[in-house]
Amino acid sequence: MSATDSTEHTRRDFLYVATGVAGAIGAAGVAWPFIDQMRPDASTRALASIQVDVSGVEPGMSLTVKWRGRPVFIRNRTDAEIEEAKAVALEDLKDPVARNANIAADAPATDLDRSAGEGKENWLVMVGVCTHLGCVPLGQAGDFGGWFCPCHGSHYDTAGRIRKGPAPTNLEVPTFEFVSDTVIQVG
Amino acid sequence: MSAGHSTYTPKTGLGRWMDARLPLPRLVYDSFVAYPVPRNLNYAYTFGGILSLMLVAQIVTGIVLAMHYAASTEVAFNSVEKIMRDVNSGWLIRYLHSNGASMFFIAVYVHIFRGLYYGSYKAPREMLWILGCIIYLLMMATAFMGYVLPWGQMSFWGATVITGFFTAIPLVGEWIQQLLLGGFAVDNPTLNRFFSLHYLLPFMIAGVVVLHVWALHVTGQTNPTGIEVKQKTDTVAFTPYATIKDAFAMIVFLAVFAYFVFYIPNFLGHPDNYIEADALKTPAHIVPEWYFLPFYAVLRAITFNIGPIDSKLGGVLAMFGAIAVLFVVPWLDTSKVRSAVYRPWFKLFFWLFVVNAIFLGWLGSRPAEGVYVAMAQAATLYYFAFFLVIMPVLGLIETPRKLPNSITEAVLEKKSAGAPATEQAKG
Repeated sequence: MSATDSTEHTRRDFLYVATGVAGAIGAAGVAWPFIDQMRPDASTRALASIQVDVSGVEPGMSLTVKWRGRPVFIRNRTDAEIEEAKAVALEDLKDPVARNANIAADAPATDLDRSAGEGKENWLVMVGVCTHLGCVPLGQAGDFGGWFCPCHGSHYDTAGRIRKGPAPTNLEVPTFEFVSDTVIQVG
Repeated sequence: MSAGHSTYTPKTGLGRWMDARLPLPRLVYDSFVAYPVPRNLNYAYTFGGILSLMLVAQIVTGIVLAMHYAASTEVAFNSVEKIMRDVNSGWLIRYLHSNGASMFFIAVYVHIFRGLYYGSYKAPREMLWILGCIIYLLMMATAFMGYVLPWGQMSFWGATVITGFFTAIPLVGEWIQQLLLGGFAVDNPTLNRFFSLHYLLPFMIAGVVVLHVWALHVTGQTNPTGIEVKQKTDTVAFTPYATIKDAFAMIVFLAVFAYFVFYIPNFLGHPDNYIEADALKTPAHIVPEWYFLPFYAVLRAITFNIGPIDSKLGGVLAMFGAIAVLFVVPWLDTSKVRSAVYRPWFKLFFWLFVVNAIFLGWLGSRPAEGVYVAMAQAATLYYFAFFLVIMPVLGLIETPRKLPNSITEAVLEKKSAGAPATEQAKG
């Protein structure tokens, strides 16, 4: 304490507190750019959308394209695959939500809501990244004839829905649209 | 014991001049020459020295490699091949560095198991133990990021899986993952920052090693009996006794290291890492480096939801928990007796733990299916039970064997019993 036995707040106390507060805010202000620079940069974020010509993709064929550094599966499903996916009761699904960025966030994971929609149910567009830890699942493999992730054994069905294994959610359906009958824009 | 006053007396005029200004020679003399160590230390106690040597070796080889390596996804893979083929002695330096990482982990595992066996973590050495745990964590981060740099298939997919752990965190997980990757997937920004951090972390390890050795010299070393030093006859001088013993152990260790480097340099690696990274194709079977396999097995053992925690988050929590539990070991062990030598039951459970850890490592290298999952679950259960159940309970119910009165007494007893001289190089 100072020489005057006073408990009053002195100018020195004020300066201590003011310096401390300015220092703390300043340190936080300086720290933020150093954290912020770690986040995806402008060029990475700019790779927002790509267009894919799918005219050559016959039923039973798939295409893998790279979008935002990750693979996107585009599959023209066979009738058998669609029927198989439709036959699954929603109660049997590990993740009952469609995970389709083009429709409501809480839409149920019916085959229609997983696909490109009414009239284009044969088209399935999904980010080809296992929702467990990010491996690329293998196509037309696993116990349900859809996709199988070799890393930790997640099985997806013909609508890309998780059925067995450690993955928590269905394969993600990115924002996409048919800009013409044969061209899909992803993103 | 180290808190005693210094016995250093400079012999030359220059020595006295220096001692009055910067007493560095005094510090070295007190820490590594006159410093008293228990007279009964065995070869399990030489791994601290070996680890210091490995840290220096990794930093030296790493700095040289960084002169030839380029951290860009376009050229990284080829620059490593260039080191192997074109750079003079590049193959040797790279094999020293990659096998050196494995040797580093072999040494650290022996060092950690030695600490567990002889109760080195108990009061008053909790800080010493915790600093060691921090070094181990830093080593894991360094090794993981170093493995990404050659930009092979295992580099890429290992990085994908490990950064994927963070997506298990609710709400902020994805944000954290993007912060680590600098993008939506492992790519050039990831490689660049990993290179930067891989260069930084070894120096942070060196900093914590200084604290670790400092803490060691405050409390003094433990020894196989677990009895504290009580009298002068319990100790010998660090130099020449410990110095020469450490040096001999280092030479033997380096001979093993050299065997790996010169005869089986890729034995501990994975052939898929000689295929350049491909973001669209996952290898059929992703495995981390051998020294992460036990934790990988723990991660994959959690295939079921635990209440509100789904299996993905559960696996990640179990894996981090397997490391985090080490930090609280000093408070989990309730036994008054330090060394397993005098704890018959603890000794049994300890060796079971060692076998179980190796078993977990083997399971981590197997595919995650069928009977392997069940075995990994059983082994994971024992791993946690050892720390969380056996350690606290055993300390309360176990009857320890009779302790000798002092280190000197223990050593002399052993001698008079006609024990072979192998453990008594310093006796």
